[in-house]
Amino acid sequence: MKYTLSVLVENQAGVLSKISGLFSRRGFNIDSLAVGVTSDPTVSRITIVADGDEYVVEQLEKQLNKLIPVIKVKRLVDGEFISRELCLIKVHSPAAKRFEIIKIAELMGAKVVDVAASTITLEFCDTTDKIATLTDLVKPYGIREIVRTGTVAIDKGKNSVS
Amino acid sequence: MISGADIMVKCLQAEGVDTVFGYPGATICPFYDSLYDSDIKHILVRQEQNAAHAASGYARASMKPGVCVATSGPGATNLITGIATAYCDSIPIIAITGQVKSDLLGRDVFQEADITGACEPFTKHSYLVSRTEDIPRIFKEAFHIASTGRPGPVLIDIPMDMQTNMIESFSYPESVNIRGYKPNTKGHTIQVKKAVEMIKQSKRPIIVSGGGVLSSGAKLKLQKFAEITQIPVLSTMMGIGVMPSEHPLYLGMLGTHGRRCANKALHETDLAIVCGARLGDRAIAAPDQMSERTKIIHIDIDPAEIGKNVIVDVPIVGDMNNVLRGLIENIEGYKIEDEWDAEVKDLKAHYQNKISTFEGYVEPRTLIGKLSSMLKRKAILCADVGQNQIWCANNFKIREGRFFTTGGMGTMGYSIPAAIGAKLGLSKRDVVVVCGDGSFQMSLNELSTIVQNDLNIKIIVMRNYRLGMVRELQDNMYNKRHSATILNDKPDIVALAKAYGIDSAEVSSNEDAEKYIGKIVENDKPFVLVCRVHPDTPSIL
Ligand SMILES: Cc1ncc(C[n+]2csc(CCOP(=O)(O)OP(=O)(O)O)c2C)c(N)n1
Ligand SMILES: [Mg+2]
Repeated sequence: MKYTLSVLVENQAGVLSKISGLFSRRGFNIDSLAVGVTSDPTVSRITIVADGDEYVVEQLEKQLNKLIPVIKVKRLVDGEFISRELCLIKVHSPAAKRFEIIKIAELMGAKVVDVAASTITLEFCDTTDKIATLTDLVKPYGIREIVRTGTVAIDKGKNSVS
Repeated sequence: MISGADIMVKCLQAEGVDTVFGYPGATICPFYDSLYDSDIKHILVRQEQNAAHAASGYARASMKPGVCVATSGPGATNLITGIATAYCDSIPIIAITGQVKSDLLGRDVFQEADITGACEPFTKHSYLVSRTEDIPRIFKEAFHIASTGRPGPVLIDIPMDMQTNMIESFSYPESVNIRGYKPNTKGHTIQVKKAVEMIKQSKRPIIVSGGGVLSSGAKLKLQKFAEITQIPVLSTMMGIGVMPSEHPLYLGMLGTHGRRCANKALHETDLAIVCGARLGDRAIAAPDQMSERTKIIHIDIDPAEIGKNVIVDVPIVGDMNNVLRGLIENIEGYKIEDEWDAEVKDLKAHYQNKISTFEGYVEPRTLIGKLSSMLKRKAILCADVGQNQIWCANNFKIREGRFFTTGGMGTMGYSIPAAIGAKLGLSKRDVVVVCGDGSFQMSLNELSTIVQNDLNIKIIVMRNYRLGMVRELQDNMYNKRHSATILNDKPDIVALAKAYGIDSAEVSSNEDAEKYIGKIVENDKPFVLVCRVHPDTPSIL
């Protein structure tokens, strides 16, 4: 089961290493981790997507809460938040295939951001599922490189983590 | 104008620190220079690890954070085992380390070690000072974090230039405000009521108490709760001392090395009220089976402990004092059923650990039982690690005294430095060390500290010429193949103690041992009593 945690932390040196150290030390598996500053410059938000059962995620939340620079931990509820991830995909694309790949990109809502003699690079911002669909679709052409930011997420409606 | 080093000393004074334990070196010299003019007593240990252990013993005795100091690089890395021990045992200590100048950080210069990084897994929090102005706030926060919530070590790493920089003036903050640190001490009333209901419905409740009851200072409340309800009490190793050992309701230490009647009661219970204990594997070997057999109420200040090792029916997060007060108020009029009371008395009478003796040797368990009554009521016993620790845990009879050992980390060599700290924290108490011949040799250098500071600490070395506990494991699990567990008969510990200037004797019978103990408790000088113990003397049975 995948869980998305939204964590507010003090924006200071060493916090990220405390958090990543916690994961490796306690054997938590994380799928992705994305960090950025919030509207309050002294606070950063870390969005973590983790894999595990209820016990693991509860432990993860509690252990994160124990870290002094961690201000707040919230587990986002399935179906009640919006999540997005940005990815750049460089696909092998001889001239003959270019049009097909552009068609797929259009269909999925991805942007073509670079075209070269033998490659084409797509920019795509969507959910993890949609990104998987796009990568599956272009895989037959040959993926040269894929770069992803990790998921960021926000509550739907008026709820917020602050 | 005032220097960072002077500010550090003023911060310690503002926190009421009267004693620090440490070892100097170049990068902490500015601090030591300021300390020289202050009224804070500095105890020069003989190895930094022992400064941290001494700070731990001091903290446990004085009920306020202990402070240890070391220089950068090797000084700081030597502290690590002591810091990790305090972390595992939840003891509040402040470790102050010198660091290379801030403009040299990260360049691998002489005696640079990333000590905040290295200690990350076993500090409650750490600071690397980057502005002299921040020192007062950091000290204030460090003492607050170490001593509140679940206690633990906090590290302050201070580059040398932060100590020498001059700033305008010093003022110590009156309060702290750390957004991410607000321990919940209250104890939720609804949870307390639920717990009371569950206790009333149970047939065979027991209390399992751990170190948290002692560190929160809730010992007497726990005793009161047990007495009004008549619920029997077990303790973990860290919880030894929550009840007087001879108290009719006390069954002793539980776990792999515990008393039979305690483990039997744990097996029979239908409701365990766990107070300030994390229930590690030494206490509860099969947590899943325990959760199946019995309901569990778990009270702890650290929410992360609840549900970590055993499945809990009623969790209560809060300070032990508040929760026990709530339980006592709400449980008025309740008392355990007579049947369970009788069953427990029966267990206690029938499931006792038997002791067999070896002619020509000291029987350590009998001796420790005897020792208890030869010391003052409030004596502090510091037990090391190994068979000697188990002998003490199961046989020392606490009245109003304390039992200091490292139950969480099990660090050999803890007892002597911890006793130094304990003696400085509570100078009027009898302080006695019991250690093994292996563990003695891990911190015997501190005999020198004892002598230099004229500390009245009696040390009893259980000499079995073995790393006894590991050898016992090899007997049982490794086909008696004694790989690397045999110590030879050197050094001559009596001669060694005398070389340090401490009087000493070796005995090989309980009568002689008691004779010496009777004599030495009368004077205020340190003493090393070497007791020859048969290598086959077991830990428990
Ligand atoms: C620093 C450290 N190293 C190793 C161990 C593993 N260990 C646990 S008990 C023990 C033997 C202790 O020997 P001794 O101090 O003579 O005590 P005895 O068991 O003989 O009473 C050892 C090596 C430990 N707990 N701590
Ligand atoms: Mg030994």
